[in-house]
Amino acid sequence: MMSATSAQADSGPAISAKRGAISIRGITRIFAGSVAAVDHVDLEINAGEFFTLLGPSGCGKTTLLRMIAGFETPDKGRILISGKEMQDVPAHKRAVNTVFQSYALFPHLNVQDNIGFGLRMRGMKPADRKKRVDSIMELLQIGQFATRSAAQLSGGQRQRVALARALVNEPDVVLLDEPLSALDAKLRAELQIELLRMQKRLGMTFIFVTHDQHEALVMSDRIGVMSRGKLEQVGPVLDVYEKPRNVFVAEFLGLSNIWPITPTGEHSARAPIGEISITAPLSGDGMAMIRPEKIWIYNDSAAPKDRPNLFFGTVREAIYMGASTQYRIELAGGQSVLAIDTNNQAAERSWRPGEPVAVELKPENIMLVSP
Amino acid sequence: MSAAVKTEQEIESGRQRLRLWVTSGPGLVWIMLFLLLPSAVLLGIAFFSADDYGSPVLPLSVQPFQQVAGYSLLGWDPGNIIIVLRSLEQAGIATLVSALLSYPLVFFILSRPASIRPLLLLFIVLPSWTNQVVRTYAWMELLGPAAPVSWVAHILHAVPPDLGLAPGRFAVTTGLAYNYLPYMIVPLYASAEKLDWTLVEAGRDLYAAGLRLFWHTVFPQTLPGLLSGIIFVAIPAFGDYVVPQLLGGDKALMIGSLIANQFTETPDWPYGAALTIIMLVFTGLGLVGFRVLTRKLGGAEEATI
Repeated sequence: MMSATSAQADSGPAISAKRGAISIRGITRIFAGSVAAVDHVDLEINAGEFFTLLGPSGCGKTTLLRMIAGFETPDKGRILISGKEMQDVPAHKRAVNTVFQSYALFPHLNVQDNIGFGLRMRGMKPADRKKRVDSIMELLQIGQFATRSAAQLSGGQRQRVALARALVNEPDVVLLDEPLSALDAKLRAELQIELLRMQKRLGMTFIFVTHDQHEALVMSDRIGVMSRGKLEQVGPVLDVYEKPRNVFVAEFLGLSNIWPITPTGEHSARAPIGEISITAPLSGDGMAMIRPEKIWIYNDSAAPKDRPNLFFGTVREAIYMGASTQYRIELAGGQSVLAIDTNNQAAERSWRPGEPVAVELKPENIMLVSP
Repeated sequence: MSAAVKTEQEIESGRQRLRLWVTSGPGLVWIMLFLLLPSAVLLGIAFFSADDYGSPVLPLSVQPFQQVAGYSLLGWDPGNIIIVLRSLEQAGIATLVSALLSYPLVFFILSRPASIRPLLLLFIVLPSWTNQVVRTYAWMELLGPAAPVSWVAHILHAVPPDLGLAPGRFAVTTGLAYNYLPYMIVPLYASAEKLDWTLVEAGRDLYAAGLRLFWHTVFPQTLPGLLSGIIFVAIPAFGDYVVPQLLGGDKALMIGSLIANQFTETPDWPYGAALTIIMLVFTGLGLVGFRVLTRKLGGAEEATI
C-alpha cells in the first residue's frame, strides 16, 4: 500500500491499510419494521487473523458478514477492507470471497468449473486458470472429483469445493458463514483443522461465523461475541472464555456458576452460597462467575480446611462425559454448585451421588462480570 | 383356510382392477373417441384419392403426400415448404418474443409482496379466458391502417402509405406472441419462484454482474420452466389458425390455414389429411427431441438441492 490517504476527515483509530485488514465503524442495519439486526458495531479485524463472530441465531452475525461481502447495505456506518472504503463498491468488485452455509455450488457446472468460475469472470486465460484451479484442488485433495457435478459429492467434499472456489481467487478476506454446520461431528472436527491449516498457510484473513462455542474456541485467534445486534465482547479466545465481560458471554461460551454478590470488604463478598473471598478488588454489588472446571473437589475428610472459599456439600448428580465428569454438588445451605473434574485418576477422583464432598473456589478463579 | 385367504386376495385385486377401470375409463374412452379415432380416420383419408369436390374416393393413392412434398400436375413447387418454414419462423419469433417479455415480467411479479402476486398472475391469464377470435379482431384494429402504430411505421418507411401493420407478418408474430404469452409466463414463474438466490449471491461474490450474472446463475435455474414454456408456446403457435387467418393476409399464410383451406375454400380432404399427418409427425418429433434435450439439461437441475 502507498502512504495512508492523508486527508481522511474521520476521527477514530488509524485505519490499517494492510491487505486483509478490516475496519468496521458504527455499522447499523435495520430491516423493515423490526429492531436493528446490527446495532452500531465497531470492530477492527487484523490482517491474516482467524476471527470468529460467535452468537446465537438471529444475533446479527450473518448480517454483519453479509455487509462485509456487499450483499447487504449498511444503513449507517462504514466498512473499510484493506484500507479501502467499501460504501460504493458492489459485491462483485470486492476482494472478498464467501463460503456459504449451503455451499451454493453451481449445479450446472462440474467441480473444476465451479472452482474456476471467479477467475473466469475476472477474465483470466483458460491455461492460467487451469493451473490455478489444479493447484488449489491438489491442496484440498479434491483433484479426483474435478469433472464430477456437485450433486455427486458428499457434504464434506462439497465443503472443500466451496472453500477452493473462494481461496483460488486469492482474496484479501475469506468470509465463512457457518460452513460446517451441516456436517457430522467427526468430519466437522477434521475440516476445522483443515480450515485452520489452510488459513495459516495462505495467510489470508478469515472471518468465520458460527453459533457453536466449541468451534469458535478451537479455531479462532480472536472471537467477537454478538447478541441482539451488538458486540458483547471482542478478544483473544482465552480472554473471552476465562474473563467474560458479562453474564451473556460467560453463559454462551460454556458452563458457569454465576451468583449475585454484595461486597463486605475490598476482597470479600456475600453470595448466596455464603461469604466468599475474591482476588479482584470489589467496588459494589455485582455478579461473580466461576467456571466448573476451576472448582476443586475433595473427599470431605481430606479437604484442606485452612483455605478460603471451602464449602461442604453432597454430590447430587454425576454425569460421565468420557474425558471428564460433571458434578452437581448441593451445599449445606441448599445452593448448588456445578463442578467438572477430569477422569485422569478415576479411582481416587470420582464421586457418586450421595457422597459427602468439599469444594474449593480459589479466589483468583472467581471473575466479576456485569449483569 | 389358505384357499379362503387366496380368494379374498383375488377379490381384493379384482376390486382394485375394477376401481382402476372405473376411474380411468371415462378418460380413456374420451381419448379413444375424440383423439385416436379421428387421427386414425385422418390417416386413412390421407391415402385416398380426391374426387372433383375434394372428397375422398377410391382408389388408394400416395398422391396426397406427393402434394405435401410439393409435386403436382404442374411439376414441383416449393410453396408448401415455404409455408412450413414460414410457420416455423413465425412461431419461433413469437416464442422468442414471449420468452424475452416473460423474464422481466416474472421477476417483476416476484418482486411484489407475496400477497398480491396471485392477483398479478391472474391479470396475465385473464385475457385468455375471452375468445381468441375477439382478441385477434382487436389486434386487427390496433395494427390496422388507422392505428397510430401504423402511422409511426409509415414515417419509418416500414410499410407503404395507406397500408397498416396488419395484415402482415409483423401482425401475425405480434398476435401469436400476445396470444401465447401466458403459457410462457406461468411455467417460467413456477420455475423462478423456487429460484435459489444464494446461487445469485455466489455469482456476485465471484465477480459476475449484470447480464453475465443472469446468464450464469438465473438462466440455468429457470431453464426447466423456459423449456416447458417453449413447448406450450411454439407448438400451438406453429399450428395456429385464427391469428394468421385474421392478421396474416396472403403473404403470411401458415400451415394451420393451409390445412383449413383443404376442408373449406378449396376442398381436398386427402391432401388436407396428409398435411395434418405430416404436421403431427413433425410436432411429435420436435417434442421427442425436446424431451431428450430437457433430460440432458435436467440432470444438472436436480443437483440444486
